[in-house]
Amino acid sequence: MTGAEIKEAVVEILSDIAPDEDCTNLKEDVAFRDQLELDSMDFLDIVMELRKRYRVQIPEEDYPQLASMASTVAYLEPLMKDMEK
Amino acid sequence: MYDAIIIGAGMSGLAAGIRLAHFDQKVCILERHTTIGGLNSFYRIKGRSYDVGLHAVTNYLSSRAPKRGPMVRLLRQLRIQWEELSLSPQIGSTIAFPGVRLDFTNDFELFQSQVARQFPRQKDNLRRLLAELIDYDDLGRVGNETSAREVVGRIIDDPLLVEMIFCPLLYYGGARERDMEWGQFSVMFRSIFLEGFARPLKGVRLILKNLVRKFKVLGGELRLRAGVDRIVAREGRADRVVLEDGSEIEGRRILSSAGWHETMRLCRQPEPEGTPGERLSFIESISVLDADPKQLGHDRTIVFFNDSETFSYEKPAGLVDLRSGVICSPNNFAYEEPLGEGVVRITALANYDRWSELDERAYRLEKLRCYDQSVASAVRFMPDFRRHVVDVDMFTPTTIHRFTGHDRGAVYGAPKKRYDGRTHLENLYVCGTDQGMVGIIGSIISGITIANAYCLRQ
Repeated sequence: MTGAEIKEAVVEILSDIAPDEDCTNLKEDVAFRDQLELDSMDFLDIVMELRKRYRVQIPEEDYPQLASMASTVAYLEPLMKDMEK
Repeated sequence: MYDAIIIGAGMSGLAAGIRLAHFDQKVCILERHTTIGGLNSFYRIKGRSYDVGLHAVTNYLSSRAPKRGPMVRLLRQLRIQWEELSLSPQIGSTIAFPGVRLDFTNDFELFQSQVARQFPRQKDNLRRLLAELIDYDDLGRVGNETSAREVVGRIIDDPLLVEMIFCPLLYYGGARERDMEWGQFSVMFRSIFLEGFARPLKGVRLILKNLVRKFKVLGGELRLRAGVDRIVAREGRADRVVLEDGSEIEGRRILSSAGWHETMRLCRQPEPEGTPGERLSFIESISVLDADPKQLGHDRTIVFFNDSETFSYEKPAGLVDLRSGVICSPNNFAYEEPLGEGVVRITALANYDRWSELDERAYRLEKLRCYDQSVASAVRFMPDFRRHVVDVDMFTPTTIHRFTGHDRGAVYGAPKKRYDGRTHLENLYVCGTDQGMVGIIGSIISGITIANAYCLRQ
């Protein structure tokens, strides 16, 4: 998957977790937390959905890498680059 | 071998099941009864559908509400759309004490103005109380367990208003006599006064059916008439459950919504020393009317009444305590179409031990007598509807015990809560009323929280 496809996948996950939020126009470098009402349970779900959908295992110490869209995509790129969309 | 076995198909068990099944776990929910729901269930008798359990769903979400709090958490975590709950807000409720009535709706400003008018000196104190409430996100930290009576008594210095505020909160979630923990009070105050009441036109069964459908679509397995006889432990772990029919099921983890003491008994743990602690239970009389309550001049959704200046929320010495009660008219929500027949449900405090001592004949007689008395008590606070009654039903603490298995018909669980949900066995956890959260929304949140904490977060 390319960076753009990974971003699309993350937006899809965010929209499923928080359907009451508009997740399509997120600023790349601003923390999700500052743009969306997300609590720790929602963050756990981002990790869980990535595992469920793409079999990506993210250890707990790496959770801070998922703070913004830019850092999430940067973190996931090496893990997902060989995946088919 | 299941990833998780869940004991009880009530709100908390179903919610936990949905979470786990959604993340591809193999889950089996075991329910002793012939139907789902537990403390919030429903039944049909003589062609009519009745709800048992709470009169209303709390934590109503108005469009103005911020995107947080228990209702948002529930919807997001279970991937449920707001519309699926089909909630219609209440018309308006009342706390009625002698000579004083406080009305409230899902718009807190009404309650504030009512307090300002009836208790002018307490207007600012109510605002201070509001500011003191613990935020949902801060629950579970120190300070939650202090007495709510102490905190509220410090802020509001009119004892009558204190009683009037406590009355609905205790009736809708008090597992202890007289008082509750400050954390619990904060949750209840927000869910009742700041967020408010609602109900689906089709009652609580609509929510339950949605949860079960969701669970099954995700591959979850639900077994009814599958009572658990015991949980067998080996080397500090729950190894398997044995059903009442003798069959055995293995699971990596077990979540029990049976109640703390009830679960310990399934593990054959010795009963704790000393008194078991009180359990609060209720009777409820249900009257079906040939008219909508509004046609009889009654437009209140819920009336919390008490006939003296102090409110006694205690296990009564006799069968029932009819000095106070809750009147719910399920017709009085703002539905898009009318509910149909008129219904009045009247709830009052009751004593399980007194009811369970009665032989069958005396039990039936007392049920009739308490029906009449509960209605006579309620019509002091609402128009007399007795000429319009076409059918009645009634449940007692023994009914609750029989259908839910909860000790002594406890509706809000044991007074002592187990917030972390852990037990003496490393893979056995409790969820539901004894874990800490009560009510429909609270129980669902409990199931979600425990499933997340111990079954999903590795």
